[in-house]
Amino acid sequence: MDSMTLIAIASIVTAGLTIALGSIGPALGEGRAVATALSSLAQQPDAATTITRTLFVGLAMIESIAIYCFVVSMILIFANPFWNHVIAQAAGK
Amino acid sequence: MRLSPDQIILWQYGFLKLNGTIAFTWGLMAVLAFGSMLVTRKLSMDLKRSRWQNLLEIIVTGIEKQIADVGLRHPDKYIGFLGTLFLFIALASLCTIIPGYEPPTGSLSTTAALALCVLVAVPFFGIEEQGLGGYLKSYAEPTIIMLPFNIISELSRTLALAVRLFGNMMSGTMILAILLTTTPFIFPIAMSALGLLTGMVQAYIFSILAAVYIASATRARKPTLKPTAKH
Repeated sequence: MDSMTLIAIASIVTAGLTIALGSIGPALGEGRAVATALSSLAQQPDAATTITRTLFVGLAMIESIAIYCFVVSMILIFANPFWNHVIAQAAGK
Repeated sequence: MRLSPDQIILWQYGFLKLNGTIAFTWGLMAVLAFGSMLVTRKLSMDLKRSRWQNLLEIIVTGIEKQIADVGLRHPDKYIGFLGTLFLFIALASLCTIIPGYEPPTGSLSTTAALALCVLVAVPFFGIEEQGLGGYLKSYAEPTIIMLPFNIISELSRTLALAVRLFGNMMSGTMILAILLTTTPFIFPIAMSALGLLTGMVQAYIFSILAAVYIASATRARKPTLKPTAKH
């Protein structure tokens, strides 16, 4: 196996692992947040606007972790710097 | 595959490049500026008013109410900044229904610029509200040990703002492009409808987070002004 194949394998496998492992935590966290918000909405419907706004902001905070993982995996697949480096070297030969 | 509209080069002269991001941003700026100029050209104070004036009044009062709900006491002072952020991001994602258009917020340079605006605006409003000393003291708020962590959080939340908006917008166009190659007829429409929803939610979240950051910078030293339960 030459280095090009190794880099391709490592990038693709790591991209899959990144998005798979990185979405577990935010998924659990968002589920807990929504469940708690729903039960507090049922208890206090008067505070609906405040709860909803705080829920949205909190969900965005939690979701950004999954988005980081997504961005990293997208970079690994479509804009991989190591891959581009190897391609440039191969073209220069 | 294209990650962002940065890679659409429309015009190039030496090192000067006019890429798709800049062109779409200029287009949005022109639509927002000339649209509101046309509407506000003849405003009426009585009950009979044009439908466009009604639309703008709904938008402006809605944004003002949201800013006031976050805890900023004079929303008209901040609406110029926060409202512009919201309207720009919301229009950038709404215009995705136009064919051939790509949202400029799907490029990391645009979102980084917007997040840098927030990074500058927070100390600006904070110093304006509580003076230079008061604002700087808020960095050492519980104890002086928290000083580096407060500075790190200031920087990391700027990064989070930029990457969150970029990731959401980029993922929308990326999923559309992937779906177009596999199931080209119905599914892309459903996904682009979902993309409109996420775009609006992201615009809301970006401006609300900016408002929360500004609110925490402007009243960090006044614990008596915390909003009590209203209901």
